[in-house]
Amino acid sequence: MITIQQLSKRFGKLQVLNEVSLALEGGQCVALIGPNGSGKTTLIKAILGMVIPQSGNIRFKGKDIVGEWEYRNEIGYMPQIGQYPENMTIGQVLDMMKDIRRVPESTLDYDLFNAFGLGGMLDKRMRTLSGGTRQKVSACLAFMFNPEVLILDEPTAGLDPISTELLKDKIIGERQKNKLILITSHVLSELDDLVSEVIYMQEGKPLFHKTLQSLKAETGTNRLSSAVARVIAIHEFVD
Amino acid sequence: MNKIIKYVIADLLRSRTILVYTAVLLVLSFSVFSMEDNADKGVVSLLNIVLFVVPLVSIIFSTVYLYNSAEFMELLVSQPLRRNVIWMSIFIGLAGAVSLAFAVGVGIPVIFYAATASGLILVLCGCALSLIFVSVALWAAVRIRDKAKGIGLAILLWLYFALLFDALVLFLLFQFSDYPIENGMVALSLLNPIDISRILILLQIDISALMGYTGAIFRSFFGTGGGVALTIAVLILWSAVPLWFSLRFFKRKDL
Amino acid sequence: MVAGMVRAATIEVGPRHRITSIKSALELAADGDTIRVVGGTYREGNLAIHKRVAILGVDHPVIDGQKQYEPLSIFAPNVTIQGFTIEASGQSAVTDIAAVKIYDTHHVTIADNVFDDNFFGVYIQGSSQCTIRNNRLTAYGKTEQLTGNGIHAWKSDSLHIGGNTVTGHRDGIYLEFVTHTEVRDNHSLNNRRYGLHFMFSHDNGYYYNTFTNNGAGVAVMYTKHVRMEHNVFSENWGDAAYGLLLKDITDSHVAHNVFSRNTTGILMEGSNRIQMQRNQFQGNGWALKIQASCMDNRLTQNNFVQNTFDVATNGSLVLNTFEHNYWDKYEGYDLDKDKEGDVPYRPVSLYSMVVEKYPMAMLLFRSFMVVLLDRTERVLPSLTPENLKDDRPLMNPVDL
Repeated sequence: MITIQQLSKRFGKLQVLNEVSLALEGGQCVALIGPNGSGKTTLIKAILGMVIPQSGNIRFKGKDIVGEWEYRNEIGYMPQIGQYPENMTIGQVLDMMKDIRRVPESTLDYDLFNAFGLGGMLDKRMRTLSGGTRQKVSACLAFMFNPEVLILDEPTAGLDPISTELLKDKIIGERQKNKLILITSHVLSELDDLVSEVIYMQEGKPLFHKTLQSLKAETGTNRLSSAVARVIAIHEFVD
Repeated sequence: MNKIIKYVIADLLRSRTILVYTAVLLVLSFSVFSMEDNADKGVVSLLNIVLFVVPLVSIIFSTVYLYNSAEFMELLVSQPLRRNVIWMSIFIGLAGAVSLAFAVGVGIPVIFYAATASGLILVLCGCALSLIFVSVALWAAVRIRDKAKGIGLAILLWLYFALLFDALVLFLLFQFSDYPIENGMVALSLLNPIDISRILILLQIDISALMGYTGAIFRSFFGTGGGVALTIAVLILWSAVPLWFSLRFFKRKDL
Repeated sequence: MVAGMVRAATIEVGPRHRITSIKSALELAADGDTIRVVGGTYREGNLAIHKRVAILGVDHPVIDGQKQYEPLSIFAPNVTIQGFTIEASGQSAVTDIAAVKIYDTHHVTIADNVFDDNFFGVYIQGSSQCTIRNNRLTAYGKTEQLTGNGIHAWKSDSLHIGGNTVTGHRDGIYLEFVTHTEVRDNHSLNNRRYGLHFMFSHDNGYYYNTFTNNGAGVAVMYTKHVRMEHNVFSENWGDAAYGLLLKDITDSHVAHNVFSRNTTGILMEGSNRIQMQRNQFQGNGWALKIQASCMDNRLTQNNFVQNTFDVATNGSLVLNTFEHNYWDKYEGYDLDKDKEGDVPYRPVSLYSMVVEKYPMAMLLFRSFMVVLLDRTERVLPSLTPENLKDDRPLMNPVDL
């Protein structure tokens, strides 16, 4: 569904993405992990067209995304920190997004909206909301339009445990609908029961791209976090 | 396009700064007009507010707004929207809000007390200056990533247009007063939208004095249809060119 | 006297009368006769009048100078010319051809005539006790050289010039070496050069006249004992245009006049001991320019309203008195409520002095920087003349 070929991006002298090539398909739930500054967020932003790469290309369903915008109709994005115009109410933010997408009301997905109980706070202004509530709004917006691709940047940061569980259930549900889900997270333990594949980024490059199964098999562990730690240790030893 | 404009405007019109700005202009204008015994004197007193405060508020408010809504713009860019639609919507939203605040704050008192040619031109020039300085703010904010530096640049630009430019003109005028510099001076003043607005209003309220020494130049330039058309064209350019440059940059900007 | 009355005859002239030309009527007439001329156009070259006659037009008969002649030349006293249309006098760069010229005589009356497209209109030389009343004079000269003055008087005395309207001439009314004359209720507008122009014309009075949109306004020079009252000077715009130029005028009164929307309301040069009272200066570029060569002038109870600059001067020594005027730019206060400001008003702004020296600086007028300069100067005067100030400015306009 998304193919990335030799994508490079520099910010000044800093090489953030270095010849990244990846292929992502529907039905996959991909964990994009790696240390801070490894280029995860930049990669996501490149896919969303928010960052313009210096070289290489990104194809969405076979079509180069340079200068395109319609393909984003099929992507739901939950940013790390959701900031909204501070004088707008939650209801207005939802209305604005609906206006932008122009999707028939009947196809909208209100699962998270109802689960988070946002219906009771439609008149609250964004500036009065806590970070957690904002995250709920962001999550709700990402899923609302039934996109084929979901990109979630640190989705659970700031969410309370109950909401985190609700969100995870929702992600598992969507995975079964043959959607592509891309998650970045620091908290590897949360990803265990969600992801099917793991991409580990380091210094602007994917260090490996494996299925969760093969990763666990190779390392002989049953948990993602220790598996990843094991692989990295091997790599460093080789180096 | 109007998908976002209405939300941007709705957001801006509820901003405290815009409300305070409108209220202060209203109070100032009404008190100026009720203190002065004739309309033209009121317009003169307001002239300095318009030439000084409107550019300042327009450029600083817009710059601050742009930096504060960086994440919101990221959100918009991640949505299925064209980048130029986003940028133009933000321009229209900002320009609309700032000039609406001005039109209410100064326009209404002018209609009450000074519904004259000079009053009308004052309001039009104020709106034009609002647009122009929003456009300049867009250019400054899109070029500079750092908020503090960006706001610093905005203040410098305002200082330049409001004060330094005139000082420069005065200096040139003294230096080259022995040469036939009249046409050059008029051309030079076109390089500053604040000066253009001031001269347009001057032509209304100080026409008798302008018809003196410099009369021929003023009459032959600003007094004719061609001169007025050129002046309006320059004002439009002043709002369009920074906007166009900022748009070009925004389309390729990493968010 | 009675015999004279009995002898006075009336001669009728007209196409249907026995006498068809004014010239033959003049030949037939005796002193004291009246010649009545009815409708039609009379092209008789030059009519020289050497008898004391009254020539009255009925239904404005036309006397046509065919662009060659001086239609009427008056040499006799007690002549009246009334009710004619006199048009198309000759033009000459050498002699001053006029529609009506009065030569060295007295008690001539020119009334209720229309003067159209003449070189000079009415020309009076070496005469006295003449009345020029209710005439309408229009010329169409393209330049100052191609047109003469509307009403022109030279070396004359005790004239009365009233109720005339002069348009399109070089000077509307021109007086040189004319004394004891009253100029009243005239309208002088759109003339090429000056609406009113006089020199060496002492002891004259000008009342209730209107001078509008003349090339250079009104200029009066080298004269003593003038009274100018209740006149309106307006819309005299241009490089060297003034409402009123007073050059070497002394011991005179300028009162109750309105100076409105002129580039310069009054320009005074070398003028002394002039009383200026109760004038309204409104919407002028410079209400008053008073050169350092003027002294002992006294300005009281004038209103200065909406002028770009109130007073300008070219020197630092000021020997004139400003008192009890109303200045709309005055920002002082009146704590003791005597309707006079408690701090002096300085009508000369710093920037007006700058503009005087660098005219192009007008381009920057009302910019923030200039406002700042002027305010500073008003608080701490350094360049503007120290003693040019109104110590007792009025808080409210004078009721005129």
